[in-house]
Amino acid sequence: MSSRPESQQLVLRGVDVAYGEHLAARAIDFALTSGEIACLLGPSGCGKTTLLRAIAGFEPVAAGEIWLHGRRVSAPGETLAPERRRVGMLFQDFALFPHLSVAGNIGFGLRDGSNARKRARIAELLELIGLAGAGERYPHELSGGMQQRVALARALAPRPEALLLDEPFSSLDAERREQLAREIRDLLKREGVTAVLVTHDQHEAFAMADVIGVMSEGRIRQWGRAFDLYHEPADRFVADFIGQGARLRGTVLDGCRVDTELGELSCSHPHDLPSGVTVEVLVRPDDLVHDDASPIQAQILERAFRGADFLYRLRLPSGAEVLSLAPSHQEHAVGDRIGVSARTMRHLVLFR
Amino acid sequence: MSAPRLSDSLVLALSATLALTLSGPAAAAPETEVNLYSARKEELIKPLLDRFTEQTGIRVNLLTGKAEALLQRLKSEGRNSPADLLITVDAGNLHQAKSAGVTQPIDVETVNAAVPANYRDPDGHWVALSVRARPILYARDRVDSGQLSTYEDLTDPRWKGRICVRSSDNVYNQSMVASLIAADGIEAAETWAKGLVANLARPPQGGDRDQIKAAAVGECDLALANTYYLAGMLDSDDPAERDPARALAVFWPNQPGQGDGRGVHVNVSGVALTASARNREAALKLVEFLLTPESQAWYGQVNGEYPVREGIDISPTLVGFGPFEADDLNLGRLGELNAEAVRVMDRAGWK
Amino acid sequence: MEVVLNQTPNAAAPSGRRVVWRRPEFASGLFIGTLALLLALPVLVVLGSVLVPASEVWRHLASSVLPDYVANSLLLMLGVGLGTLFIGVGTAWLTTLCRFPGRRLFEWALLLPMAMPAYIIAYTYTGLLDYAGPVQTLLRDWTGWGYGDYWFPAIRSLPGAVLMLSLVLYPYVYLLARAAFLSQSVAVLEVGRTLGNGPWGAFRRVALPLARPAIVAGVTLALMETLADYGTVQYFGVATFTTGIFRVWLGQGEPAAAAQLAALLLVFVLTLILVERGSRRQARYHHTAQRHQPIRRYHLHGWGAFGALFVCLLPLLFGFLVPAGQLAVWSWTRAATGFDARFLSLTLNSLSLAGGAALLALIVALLLAYAQRLIPTSLVRSSVRLAGMGYAVPGAVIAIGVMLPFAWLDNALDAWMRATFGVSTGLLLSGTLFALLFAYLARFLSVSLQTVESGLTRIRPAMDEAARSLGLRPAQVLWRVHVPLLRGSLLTALLLVFVDVIKELPATLALRPFNFDTLAVRAYELASDERLADAGPAALTIVLAGLVPVVLLSRSIARSRHVQSP
Repeated sequence: MSSRPESQQLVLRGVDVAYGEHLAARAIDFALTSGEIACLLGPSGCGKTTLLRAIAGFEPVAAGEIWLHGRRVSAPGETLAPERRRVGMLFQDFALFPHLSVAGNIGFGLRDGSNARKRARIAELLELIGLAGAGERYPHELSGGMQQRVALARALAPRPEALLLDEPFSSLDAERREQLAREIRDLLKREGVTAVLVTHDQHEAFAMADVIGVMSEGRIRQWGRAFDLYHEPADRFVADFIGQGARLRGTVLDGCRVDTELGELSCSHPHDLPSGVTVEVLVRPDDLVHDDASPIQAQILERAFRGADFLYRLRLPSGAEVLSLAPSHQEHAVGDRIGVSARTMRHLVLFR
Repeated sequence: MSAPRLSDSLVLALSATLALTLSGPAAAAPETEVNLYSARKEELIKPLLDRFTEQTGIRVNLLTGKAEALLQRLKSEGRNSPADLLITVDAGNLHQAKSAGVTQPIDVETVNAAVPANYRDPDGHWVALSVRARPILYARDRVDSGQLSTYEDLTDPRWKGRICVRSSDNVYNQSMVASLIAADGIEAAETWAKGLVANLARPPQGGDRDQIKAAAVGECDLALANTYYLAGMLDSDDPAERDPARALAVFWPNQPGQGDGRGVHVNVSGVALTASARNREAALKLVEFLLTPESQAWYGQVNGEYPVREGIDISPTLVGFGPFEADDLNLGRLGELNAEAVRVMDRAGWK
Repeated sequence: MEVVLNQTPNAAAPSGRRVVWRRPEFASGLFIGTLALLLALPVLVVLGSVLVPASEVWRHLASSVLPDYVANSLLLMLGVGLGTLFIGVGTAWLTTLCRFPGRRLFEWALLLPMAMPAYIIAYTYTGLLDYAGPVQTLLRDWTGWGYGDYWFPAIRSLPGAVLMLSLVLYPYVYLLARAAFLSQSVAVLEVGRTLGNGPWGAFRRVALPLARPAIVAGVTLALMETLADYGTVQYFGVATFTTGIFRVWLGQGEPAAAAQLAALLLVFVLTLILVERGSRRQARYHHTAQRHQPIRRYHLHGWGAFGALFVCLLPLLFGFLVPAGQLAVWSWTRAATGFDARFLSLTLNSLSLAGGAALLALIVALLLAYAQRLIPTSLVRSSVRLAGMGYAVPGAVIAIGVMLPFAWLDNALDAWMRATFGVSTGLLLSGTLFALLFAYLARFLSVSLQTVESGLTRIRPAMDEAARSLGLRPAQVLWRVHVPLLRGSLLTALLLVFVDVIKELPATLALRPFNFDTLAVRAYELASDERLADAGPAALTIVLAGLVPVVLLSRSIARSRHVQSP
């Protein structure tokens, strides 16, 4: 992450944010190019919202710098006021102004330019969020999803340098979150908006973000694409937090092979662990396939029907437990023994 | 002259300020106005002031209020106070003003000639304008005036449950007790106050008129009240005021031959010239005017008070109350003893 | 703001204009602290003399009247507290959540007693219920009884004072409780019903606890007014702290001891404020519903409806109709002389003073409440509390607290100018309307502050942040988001102070300029001269002038429902 700040849209370099004595976020580095959508993902209390508020200008930084569109907006002792940053923000509870109509809310941040241009921009955004003609209605007359889209339009109206979204889906129905997240992603992409989303829900993160930063205890543990986070987690925390899986004990044989209870596994990239070292191997449910021919027999402890497939919790002969995903055409009962194989495993993730 | 509106007085205040700031210490100009702080209610002084303005062309700016507050204002404003004169309705506050050093002597021959010495400050710092007497009022149908003699006698057990008087918060009662301290000493005054409280028909409440009404309807037989309240009720068109007053008669206590014969307790309304007075000449003109026979008669006619000047005709109502001898104690003493009087009443349980 | 493209880091480095440093926030905190200190000056000046030893006086007080002052003040507070609580909450609940004949009338009419100054209602009831008054005279005429043949409650007594004050102060509780009931989500009440509570149970277990902060705030206001009352208790011969302060100060000439009594009074007040704060803390949890359904009122029939009518009629009758009727009768008998040429100017003076003070108090309250929201430091918080202290301090004490420092400042400036330039500036502040307005502000700021604050706590911080991120400076957030959302609260604050100032007497009396009288001054001068009937026209006009805002207020409450509940 050695990007030059002026060539990037949003850059954080070595940022610490303090809440009193406590550092809520520390040594944060990342950079987004224009139009990129990032997500800060982590459990509650990991510092992701604090970091977002620091980007917005509501919290000062204790160390490091924040750059927005080639301009330094935060450094220790100097905090450009939120209203001067040109960042849009989407709040958990939307924070629509109840005394203003939908059009009034959307036009709230439009202060320069003629009335005609404002009206045109409002109409354009109403169109964009699929609420054309609803401009004269009031927030309390709208459903939650509609309110959220109005809040989004309000944040986008002044064409901000970046859009910050603070758990924007948490007050909506669980079933609709992913769908809404994709809708909003499409919308942001169409507008070319640089955005940072904060959430604790990985599905939202996967649905929306180009890059994801997994946070824990104030630090970014890993910064990367969803695919990388899942298949090449940097540490045990990321491995556990993203997706499901189990860790099996193994012994390194040589440059690219590890011996485990599931047999000898090969890695895609060579690693530099010496032979004979004991490691833990991350086994995702999709790494383990059902193979009646396999010599490795596992007992089913629990199963969950998920439509297209079953998720089984299995006990290996050694007593270690693993998860396995199997097509739902074939049904096994709890207590049955089935053969499993890790032959198709592509990504070998090792922890010492 | 009518009272100015908010905007008028704001403009007035601003332009006065500006004028002061620009012109420096006031040049000797003919005095066309006089500023008056008055504890006497507007209704009871404005007509006289208007007449003064008519006669002399001198405008009188009036600020009414409670004497203590006006005095406090005078003290804190110090040498820049706009007030030229302070009028109060009791001698105590005039004495306080003198002690606080905010007054100066009124050394005018006509004034000294018009007002008897005991109604003037010995050093001339204030002069009385009217006399207000606080005698005993009795219910004609239940009390024979022969039974009454002195204030001191009111503690006699035969009056148990028969006397009405207002709260000791009131300055008229405080002055009355102060006069008893002056006459009989602190201990005797406290014994007297205790005896009076023991003879009360009800806890002290209301004003002087309320005591008169209570005596009229039989709640008590005697009331201590200032004569001008009784006179005001007698002269009222309202039967609810007039009828109770008619049921009562005035008894002048402590007259020669009764007890020490020192005379009935009186207080005065009076005027002092402030130390900071800028319109000294005009102010003294006003004092003289308030002591003219014409003005003196007006107090008696309109508010049932007695003139300080001898030989003034008083209203028929006052004539009906009969002549009396007043306590000739110098009224400044009332002011000196006021705090002591309050403590005496506190200890006596006079609410 | 223009977008700067492709700038080097140096060129984009913060310039003074663009960057908001943390330091200005400290500076504005300091400014707010100074402003608050200035407003608390009158109280502080009075308290300043606490340090002067006055043990002699205290020995005397402690051995004679102090126990009475304490007992009477506490009993008065207890009585008025309970009285305003029951009348205020009961009528608020009935008019908000029940349907009975006359409900819509009572909705606003129940506020009318607010326009009645306590000292005036005391005068009228004394006139009516005294031994010599029409009621007892009629009783004697009917029965042939004489004095001592029957028992009649003495109106001029501690219970009488409790009754008078409760009758005119309950609208504070009614007003705030009603607003709280209106803002409660119907769903919450319905949950209460589904969990097996009847209408009464839902009220007691759900509505009442939810409205508690508002109710406590209302009772606190009423109790602060009670502590500051001088006219009523003095007239009724009830010795309280406030009458004691005057007695010690003026009667015994002991300002230090009086200030110490006043300090003791402030301890009462601070306790009240702390209690109120404590319950306010929970206000955060109330009222989170996003949308409202219209309230479905319980339909009362038969005896229930009659009972509700009766309960609402009583305070209206005795708190307003009877005394106003008495004033009207008095005014009628004095119609020829009472409404003279000066009357119009008195009325205009009263109205413009009250209007000016209300507006000023609103602006300052908004400033302080907003500062508290923006810079939530303990310095700012405690400053704001300090500024609101004057409410429970008797007006005359405030007046002296204004008089002394203003005159000192004037004289010091004058002395300096004389010494330096040979020019006298005289009194620039003392004896001006500015001094009077300042006194009103010191005394009544708390009223507008509390109203604005409680309105402001209902606006979630995310709303501010949304506006900031849309490019608004804090001042613009205030103007474009808070003011419109607070419209109801602001109007309430404006009107409450207006009514209070119209009624105010002691500070007006002590601080006003030459030739400047108000209705309250006129009514007082006549009433204190024991000419109650002559005081009728002025007193009635005070009540009528107070009525207009009260009616406006009640109408705005009825309409503000959806605006006030985001």
